[in-house]
Amino acid sequence: MQLSDMKKNILTIKNLKAKINDTEILHGVDLEINAGEIHAIMGPNGSGKSTLASVLAGKPGYEVTEGSVTFCGRNLLEMPVDERAKAGLFLAFQYPMEIPGVSNLNFIKTALNEVRNYRKLTPLDAFEFREYIKEKAKILKIEQKFLERAVNDGFSGGEKKRNEIFQMAVLEPTLAILDETDSGLDIDALRIVSEGVNKIKTEDNAYIVITHYQRLLQYIVPDFVHILYKGQIIQSGDKTLALKLEEKGYEAVGII
Amino acid sequence: MSNDVKTDNKSTEQIKNIIDDNREYKYGFVSDIEQEFAPKGLNEDIIRFISAKKNEPEFMLKWRLKAYKKWLTMREPKWARVQYPPINYQDIYYYAAPKDFNKKGSNVSGKIEDTYSKLGVSIKEENDTQINDHCCGTNCEPSASCVAVDAVFDSVSVATTFKKSLEKVGIIFCSFSEAVIKYPELIEKYLGSVVPYNDNFFAALNSAVFSDGSFIYIPKGVKAPMELSTYFRINAASTGQFERTLIIADEGSYVSYLEGCTAPMRDENQLHAAVVELYAHKNAEIKYSTVQNWYPGDSQGRGGIYNFVTKRGLCAEENSKISWTQVESGSAITWKYPSCILKGNNSSGEFYSVAITNNYQQADTGTKFYHLGNNTRSRIISKGISAGKSTNTFRSIVAQAKTAKNARNFSQCDSLLIGSQCAAHTFPTIKVNNVSSVVEHEATTSKVSDDVIFYLNQRGISSEDAISLIIHGYAKEVLQNLPMEFAVEAKRLLSISLEGSVG
Repeated sequence: MQLSDMKKNILTIKNLKAKINDTEILHGVDLEINAGEIHAIMGPNGSGKSTLASVLAGKPGYEVTEGSVTFCGRNLLEMPVDERAKAGLFLAFQYPMEIPGVSNLNFIKTALNEVRNYRKLTPLDAFEFREYIKEKAKILKIEQKFLERAVNDGFSGGEKKRNEIFQMAVLEPTLAILDETDSGLDIDALRIVSEGVNKIKTEDNAYIVITHYQRLLQYIVPDFVHILYKGQIIQSGDKTLALKLEEKGYEAVGII
Repeated sequence: MSNDVKTDNKSTEQIKNIIDDNREYKYGFVSDIEQEFAPKGLNEDIIRFISAKKNEPEFMLKWRLKAYKKWLTMREPKWARVQYPPINYQDIYYYAAPKDFNKKGSNVSGKIEDTYSKLGVSIKEENDTQINDHCCGTNCEPSASCVAVDAVFDSVSVATTFKKSLEKVGIIFCSFSEAVIKYPELIEKYLGSVVPYNDNFFAALNSAVFSDGSFIYIPKGVKAPMELSTYFRINAASTGQFERTLIIADEGSYVSYLEGCTAPMRDENQLHAAVVELYAHKNAEIKYSTVQNWYPGDSQGRGGIYNFVTKRGLCAEENSKISWTQVESGSAITWKYPSCILKGNNSSGEFYSVAITNNYQQADTGTKFYHLGNNTRSRIISKGISAGKSTNTFRSIVAQAKTAKNARNFSQCDSLLIGSQCAAHTFPTIKVNNVSSVVEHEATTSKVSDDVIFYLNQRGISSEDAISLIIHGYAKEVLQNLPMEFAVEAKRLLSISLEGSVG
């Protein structure tokens, strides 16, 4: 692990236990993520993948009972939700919310200025913002009309997911968690979204990609694949682990 | 370790703080001004006293007494979805006026001027060195960015600005009392022509005891060169405010009128029973906007204004148009239904409303459109927002008479709930008496869910800004109908009205 020691640490999860409504879902998760890495988390339904994403983002209702999470050197668990976001943690939602009446553009501008303000950058003026957005929209093949619509209101499943990745492109997070971003995407949309992710990827940021299918990982190639089962990571490996799963199912890794 | 519980509470807490930061009702101060009162209670002598105080002509006194006699036979309406202890009508002062003000020609006392400047309203005369806040520049020619203000302090109008500039184009803009003296023929002709003295319990009470208000007459073909506005202020304790506004737009004229209201914070409830009458002649247009921010009571529901108001417009002749825009954020109880009678052929009416209630506020508000003429059109956009333990009711009547051929109505009433202890109700009534009419009605109810707040938080947007983003998006259709000066104020009001709203 010498190589990763030299890399900047982005996220360290130690023995994380969390419950919702008195039911413990995560039974001690350990994970270490460094800059420039893509980690895929796979596992059968109900194994705790989305719970892990929610706990990291700070979703109300989840209670951490044990363990620690360090994000870029800070105790993540002590930070309020919006501060986690401003500090560079982004969650691409499995089910993005609809906000009628609020235009996508207005929403994104508000978010961007909050994030920039936190990073001690000056807010973009109208002209700069337009140029900036234009460039980001191009990455995800998004049209102007799309930006003027109300946030996710009446969007198709694919449009919602594309909008999530677009927001990610605009906010330039340090750590992005993609929670089943591939579900509900047709093959073309999957390609656009994946290409978008790859373009945004740098040596300074990192991804957690939660998915059921190897298909997405053909486009977004992970450095590590982890199998989350019954609230614990039971096996980790490189991208071949995902292929093995696809071929032989969870039986191959000793589940079921 | 239980960090996420902390975040859980935090989002709620933050939303409370939103809100708490601005939670003070910033208009809640009392001005220490010596006042003159009529004795408490209501009887014929009080009415004679008020009428005499104002040197009113005989017809006014007769009208008042007629209304009073009718009122004695009427019962307080109970059909609205609001609850309050019985009002003791004998325990109210029906007349309160700043003492040294009453002398003719005397300047408004400094304290009253201070009161209004604290409220952000300048009531200095136009030839004063100081220029109205809203105004464009020095040599003040009336323009669209100017606002002429009539200031009503308890029972009397204390100042009217830009009067002279308006007179130049023939517009009469003055206090109701002044109009009664100077233009009795107009008053006699139009008073009660839209809201008769016996219209309803509160309108009858108002007709008997109303003390002041604003009067506007726009002559034929004149477009008012600036916004006209009245700022209503209740100051004295135990005082009812019963003002009357009458706006007449003669043929082909246009006026945009704004109305704002505030009152001190007191533990008692105070009654405000106003009447507004709008009269639009052929091809005339009246645009009436209200930002109502009477003291709503404290977070426990103590005190606040009972706002029982009758507002109605008459599109008397063809092609006339009346539009009501209201942002209702104040008052302990609101009971009002700004309405239109569409009598003239091709006349049209509009109603745009945002009513926001929080804590223990109760609002029963909506509109009525009576289509009598051919090709009459009406449009209703109502956005109710309930938070805290409040109750918000939308009530409407759209009636299309046999004579109203090809009449059209479109109504949209939406309700937004914040938190889980508030309530929203809608009671639309539609009566169509001919086959050529078209009525459309749309309604939605939605809730600001914790998940949406979380979603916005996750994008770095604080709960405060999240709520404000959602509310403004929701109310946009209404807010964009407000004149510029008011829109800014209204947006701010919407945000601060939601104190402690999510729990």
